[in-house]
Amino acid sequence: MAGSFAATLDARMRGAALGVNDYFTLAGRALRFVGSRPFYWRDVLLQMDRIGVGSIPIVTLTGTFTGMVLALQSSVELQQYGANGFLGALVGESMVRELAPVLAGLGVAGRSGSAIAAELGTMRVSEQIDALQTFGTDPIRKLVTPRLIATVLMMPVVTIILDFVSILGGMLIALGAGVSADQYFRGMWQMFAMNGQILGVFPKDFVYGILKPLAFGAIIALTAAYYGLNTKGGSESVGTATTRAVVTSSVLIFAVDFFLTQLLLVMMGV
Amino acid sequence: MSPEQQQQLHGVREELKRDEAEAVAEAEATTGPVAVAPALCIELEHVSLAFDHPILVDLDMAVATGETLLVLGESGMGKSTILKLILRLLLPDEGVVRIFGEEINHLSFAEVLEVRRRIGMVFQNSALFDSMTVYDNVAYPLRENTEMDEAEVERIVREKLEFVDLEPDQVIDQLPSELSGGMRKRVGVARAIATSPEIVLYDEPTAGLDPMTVETITDLIKKLQRELGVTSILVTHDLRAGFKVATRVNLLQAGRVGFSGTPEDVVASTDPYIRAFINAS
Repeated sequence: MAGSFAATLDARMRGAALGVNDYFTLAGRALRFVGSRPFYWRDVLLQMDRIGVGSIPIVTLTGTFTGMVLALQSSVELQQYGANGFLGALVGESMVRELAPVLAGLGVAGRSGSAIAAELGTMRVSEQIDALQTFGTDPIRKLVTPRLIATVLMMPVVTIILDFVSILGGMLIALGAGVSADQYFRGMWQMFAMNGQILGVFPKDFVYGILKPLAFGAIIALTAAYYGLNTKGGSESVGTATTRAVVTSSVLIFAVDFFLTQLLLVMMGV
Repeated sequence: MSPEQQQQLHGVREELKRDEAEAVAEAEATTGPVAVAPALCIELEHVSLAFDHPILVDLDMAVATGETLLVLGESGMGKSTILKLILRLLLPDEGVVRIFGEEINHLSFAEVLEVRRRIGMVFQNSALFDSMTVYDNVAYPLRENTEMDEAEVERIVREKLEFVDLEPDQVIDQLPSELSGGMRKRVGVARAIATSPEIVLYDEPTAGLDPMTVETITDLIKKLQRELGVTSILVTHDLRAGFKVATRVNLLQAGRVGFSGTPEDVVASTDPYIRAFINAS
């Protein structure tokens, strides 16, 4: 019994270690193809449209409601201390620095990460990837690198859109709570200015908010591609791969967010 | 494979080599030195491969230029695996795979591409790229592997679609999902022969098709043999279709070739396993 448990544990640990190795091998190969020919730039543009433009509706809705609920909850508390004037600073700081990158990451992982895993998984089980190889195409170069580039490039854009709509959503609630738009935005800019700038120009909060999505984009594309390309069996396994891709990406986004925040705090200060 | 069958295979190889040498000598006597393609264009020697369990065990198989070999066997016997080994989509655990006389196990990625360019593959479910139109599917190998301009690509795409009896103007803008099973299969064949390969591999080309469409696909394979002279390996469970096109049959048993002969030899065989296999099919 104990022997069987140990053997199972050993097999699982070995499987996990091999999986991590395969994941980083995939990442290394996908990155290596970024600057080399043949480069499938049409696929990059197509994926930028699908991943970036396609994610706008979901991030717009998510961002608007998150900004509104953040302002609503905060206004109740701040009102008790007569500090509603800080509403803009609180919403802006929270969204730009932390919530927008994570929410954009989760939104894109749910929408585009699942689509990438399902598409590559279907291509794997229907032998389309084998067909690509028979025509001399490296599937990682053709399928993974364009999706990686597109996701990494579009994540900051999606995050900025989410920043924008969430701040506007928060403003709607602030107006209802008796805070003028001028007061709301002035408080926000004062907070950004107080937190300092990088190179004397770029507000630190914005730099924080743009660097994180770059990392999240890479996580989403690589995790989805990893599960998609490793799909085995039939249509049921495509569903399993898709679920695993979204769950793993989401967990990795939270975990990497923590470590990245630590790193950025050490490198750039508060 | 039994010792007699191994001997038989060895005999075939030797005979082909002798014929080739004689043909070269004869041609050189009249026209001077000539280059001759190797008579055996596909060879698998002592190939073993296992996944969770052994699939191929010390398998020997050889295909002569211009031949159409039908590979039969129960499901999971490794028939499709053989095709993937030939394309080097898989590597054997042991043994050697030679294509056009060249050992492909240790070739670099670029060298493997050169070999793959001379081989066309028709996949079980066509494996057409879902997101591309019929035109882009057939044009794909040409765009990937040649420096042709788009006008030349279009000319070849139309020519290949006509070869498989499809009306180019009616299908080029359609997506694979808009085609019937038989049409998808024919587009798959057109794509496989787009670069005019010397070898065409078929993995269950008639699976899931109605009898009329099976007939059409079978005729198409014969047309490829007749008009293009390609060397083919056909993996199928459809004996009727397979026997119509095959010049030789290999039956896999326990990971190796258990029987090798003409379709007539298979039909005439009194071996209990072969009889049972034919009757079950």
